[in-house]
Amino acid sequence: MERTEGIFDEMLGGDDRPRSPYRQYHDWFVAEDTARLTRKSKEAETFFRRTGITFNVYGQEEAAERLIPFDIVPRVISGREWARLSRGIEQRVRAINAFLYDIYHRQEILRAGRIPVELIASNDAFLPQMIGVQPPGNIYTHIVGTDIVRTGEDQFYVLEDNARTPSGVSYMLENRETMLQMFPELFANIRVQPVSDYPKNLRRSLGACAPAACSGKPVVAVLTPGIHNSAYFEHAFLADQMGAELVEGHDLRVVDGRIAMRTTRGYTPIDVIYRRVDDDFLDPLNFNPQSMLGVPGIMDVYRAGAITIANAPGTGIADDKAIYSYMPDIVEFYTGETAILKNVPTWRCSEDDSLAYVLEHLDELVVKEVHGSGGYGMLVGPAASKREIAAFREKLKARPGNYIAQPTLSLSTVPILTKKGLAPRHVDLRPFVLVSPQGINITPGGLTRVALKKGSLVVNSSQGGGTKDTWVLEE
Amino acid sequence: MLGKTAGGLYWMFRYLERSENTARLVEAGFRMALTRSAAAEDEWMSVVQTAGVQNEFLAKHENADAPAVIDFLLRDKSNSSSVLSVVEGARNNARLVRTALTREVWEATNECWLTLKDALARPVRDRELPETLALIRQQSALVRAALHGTMLRNEIYDFARIGTFLERADNTARILDVKYYVLLPSVMFVGSSLDNVQWETILRSVSAQRAYRWLNDGDINPRGIAEFLILDRRLPRSLAFCYTKIADNLTYLADDYGERHGCHETAENVLSRLRNNTVDAIFDKGLHEFLDGFIRDNNMLGMQIEQDYRFYG
Repeated sequence: MERTEGIFDEMLGGDDRPRSPYRQYHDWFVAEDTARLTRKSKEAETFFRRTGITFNVYGQEEAAERLIPFDIVPRVISGREWARLSRGIEQRVRAINAFLYDIYHRQEILRAGRIPVELIASNDAFLPQMIGVQPPGNIYTHIVGTDIVRTGEDQFYVLEDNARTPSGVSYMLENRETMLQMFPELFANIRVQPVSDYPKNLRRSLGACAPAACSGKPVVAVLTPGIHNSAYFEHAFLADQMGAELVEGHDLRVVDGRIAMRTTRGYTPIDVIYRRVDDDFLDPLNFNPQSMLGVPGIMDVYRAGAITIANAPGTGIADDKAIYSYMPDIVEFYTGETAILKNVPTWRCSEDDSLAYVLEHLDELVVKEVHGSGGYGMLVGPAASKREIAAFREKLKARPGNYIAQPTLSLSTVPILTKKGLAPRHVDLRPFVLVSPQGINITPGGLTRVALKKGSLVVNSSQGGGTKDTWVLEE
Repeated sequence: MLGKTAGGLYWMFRYLERSENTARLVEAGFRMALTRSAAAEDEWMSVVQTAGVQNEFLAKHENADAPAVIDFLLRDKSNSSSVLSVVEGARNNARLVRTALTREVWEATNECWLTLKDALARPVRDRELPETLALIRQQSALVRAALHGTMLRNEIYDFARIGTFLERADNTARILDVKYYVLLPSVMFVGSSLDNVQWETILRSVSAQRAYRWLNDGDINPRGIAEFLILDRRLPRSLAFCYTKIADNLTYLADDYGERHGCHETAENVLSRLRNNTVDAIFDKGLHEFLDGFIRDNNMLGMQIEQDYRFYG
């Protein structure tokens, strides 16, 4: 396999002998006929298309549904590596929930001067409507997808804490399903921790957060913006796997102080809504009045404690990119411990010194919009042309507070199967975390996203990234 | 079950049924045009009429020639009843009710859409037409097979079946109504070869020519055809058969929910009118009037079901 100088490859490490987690897989791979694997790879694509595992691309009329490319070479993580990662993730998620509770109640962290007040007060992600609200079970982020990148044997960084409505878990599940179907022999020989409990755990975790008004078995529904949403497949998939109803705003209304869904037999109350609709669209009476996706009055029902909304409105303040740079302080403030997982060093362009540095070093840095997501509106300095950098410089100077900058990390690579055999490509990892009053559950592994273009660091599916099955080995 | 889901299932199966019916209509028209070219344009126009898209067609085309009609009925996205449109409609509804379907039914529907989108990507040439029409019928048959083979017999199944048979009853009634004059006794045509071909076409439109011949020793006559398509409970596309199924499925729902609605009464009235009727009585009172009344009742039943089971908010 070709190598890239100075980049940590998770399969081959520093020399050409496979690292220990990959040893068994590598032996198998070397003995395999590449033509057979290429054929398998095509089969996987057919399988995904037939099953309808697609995502919608905005702004494209034809071929509006696309497949996310799937690579058949798994990403392997040892049990020991995972144990450390999951401890770090759990710590971080606990801190985020404590932070959210605090920020919508006494705001101790602001009083202590650990975070500047303006950062909260002037932030669109902070929802004044949530101040003083007691979410059922005191849980704000029921589902979190923590994006993690790796740069070396022991170097892991948290890139983003997706605390609003992280997506991609259906791909984690379907990728494993596909691998099990295509390569049963691998799973017979290599002990990989299962991921298939996720839907069951999700259902149980959401049920455990039901409001006090709920008597009996909690009724759970998934709220989707509809079949044109980019992640509709996932919404339907999760509802199906949980045995929950998949509802849209127009299926719901407030009946006798509770949220109820229109069934063939009249209106039936719901206890927990796993919403995949953004805060702003959740309730036209309380937020964006133009929204057709939400339920008028749901916030009033929520404040009265008669419905659980997962994740809670207003959690965006915790994964905001401007807050991100304070995460080490947040972890320490609420847990009394040093953060196990590192943050990527971050320059806040709102600060003059930082801005000056960033403007100096645009060609080395990654600059992101504070409120952006999906890899849109960002500059990857080393990969950008002079003209792109110049154009970005103007945008940055016009609204510095809108941006943060980070060094370009040498993201680790994992090989993908190409026509010419294995080739290294950059990856990240999104583990999925469930939070309930009963505890925190992290599915071993998560979704590995891979940049399919050689040298590219952008793994987002909307920008041509693919995915891999992620294996966490049994110890 | 969500009202929206019930509605989605109902429409999914109405659309699938429609794709198959349209394929059958085009097939009958194509065959007719092959056998007698003189009045071909009239034939194609009656095919358009039967499909219920006359106005839409005339807004785009002046003449009902074979390529124009075939393209309009199979591929034209501006025709909301074209095969391409309804297959997409069926698949969109299937996505909407994804959680109510087994993996097999969903995959068959998705496959149906992928296959037909591909097969109908370009205008269909005459020599490919039989194959394409067979493909359309086969694809909807595969979805039906998955439904029969894998779904629980519960409310989900009931709404799927009700959609199927409402659409089918509408289609059979329309075929008869557009051609009712062919079935009326008339001094001029009786026994002419023209009549024979027309009658064959009617039977062919519901895939019943072979069954009819078996049951009637090859004697084709208009009353026999009308009786077969309206009253015979053995023929799966007859009005009586469709209404037996609709009434059954509505009864299952009523038993299940412990609640009867207006739609139950309507369906039972229509069914008893079909059961207690004879073909002579229908002809005496007027075939066209009978069919016209039936089509209206059938539409009304559809609207009642929508309301009674809260398809829309």
